[in-house]
Amino acid sequence: MRALLIRDLRLALRAGGGFGLGLAFFLIVVVLVPFSVGPQTGLLTRIAPGVLWLGALLACLLSLDRLLAVDWEDGALDVLATAPLPLEGVLAVKAAAHWITTGLPLVLAAPLFGVLLNVPAQGYGALVLSLALGTPALSMIGVFGAALTVGIKRGGLLLSLLVLPLYVPTLIFGAEAARRAAEGLDSATPLLFLAGITAGVLATMPFAAALVLRVNLR
Amino acid sequence: MELSVTDLAVGRGGVPVLAGLSFAVAAGEALVLRGPNGSGKTTLLRCIAGLQEPMAGMVLGAEDRVAYGAHADGLKAALSVAENLEFWAAVFGQSGIEAALGAFDLDGLRARRAGQLSAGQKRRLGLARLMVTGSPVWLLDEPTVSLDAASVALFATAVRAHLEAGGAALVATHIDLGLEARVLDVTPYRARAGAIASSDEAFL
Repeated sequence: MRALLIRDLRLALRAGGGFGLGLAFFLIVVVLVPFSVGPQTGLLTRIAPGVLWLGALLACLLSLDRLLAVDWEDGALDVLATAPLPLEGVLAVKAAAHWITTGLPLVLAAPLFGVLLNVPAQGYGALVLSLALGTPALSMIGVFGAALTVGIKRGGLLLSLLVLPLYVPTLIFGAEAARRAAEGLDSATPLLFLAGITAGVLATMPFAAALVLRVNLR
Repeated sequence: MELSVTDLAVGRGGVPVLAGLSFAVAAGEALVLRGPNGSGKTTLLRCIAGLQEPMAGMVLGAEDRVAYGAHADGLKAALSVAENLEFWAAVFGQSGIEAALGAFDLDGLRARRAGQLSAGQKRRLGLARLMVTGSPVWLLDEPTVSLDAASVALFATAVRAHLEAGGAALVATHIDLGLEARVLDVTPYRARAGAIASSDEAFL
């Protein structure tokens, strides 16, 4: 399992691996929003948590279609499925690798990008915390979607359509936590909901993903 | 310790291709599968590897004991030869890739990226992967595609060493590997068309 994690991280960091793609996309969204809504700092402050969360979610989505497709195309997925590792574990590790290369950089960069969107000082803690709690669920759900669409050429569109509804609860509670904190309100309740959703996703999705992947490998 | 297949029927996309297949491969033995293109050799190997369910019958002695070598080698172009092998060794809980590098004459290429290898070298690396898995049963699907005569001899030597160490091998191939192996022609086991059990089969 550790070997798989190390390999995936190494592949992501090597040329053509796609590391930084999500981060670059996130940066583009955050930089362009102030230009598109105009020079109104009050308005920016109000929409900042939602924009940051939406940017993070779309950045995650961007790299999903290559998540299992690469391994499927070169036959590595077949070998992994016949290896004495549980397929559920393999997929959980894949999600972890995706989170480390996509979600974690977004979490770390969020305070910096928050400055661009004029997020008030009291909002940063909850913003980072909500992204840290929510993005692992985005990666895990993404692996499930990738497992569903793995055999399909150009499955990216179908993958996005399948995965987006599953992302909605995470987006609602994540953005709500960040918004409440930015307005100086207590954000404990949405954060707890967000943590609960993530825990549930991490507990169940590896099994669902392994099940659909076994069907797709036939 | 042997691989045995009893009254096996396999299908592809819900359409049966082979039926009534029974054979056993003991430790130290190799079985060569023959049959024309599309006769179901790959489907049979995938079924034995556990990648798809049999439509009927049983496969015994294969679970978590097989190394499956398919048409695709499962190599990562961005990783070096040694990194590719070390990864697969670790996945199968083994260590030590030197023997495999030596057996397939890859010593001089260990730092080369897999993406820069020739087709034959890639194939050799894919076959070397079987050695590092330490699995007793090798399932090989057309292992000699794009290999030259010298490499085929290397491969035959590796298979012989594997058999002498108590392993077993099931090889689907069209060429003569020079192995002392039984040959099973799958053509007589071809399933009759139209014998579909259920139209939902492809989705279940």
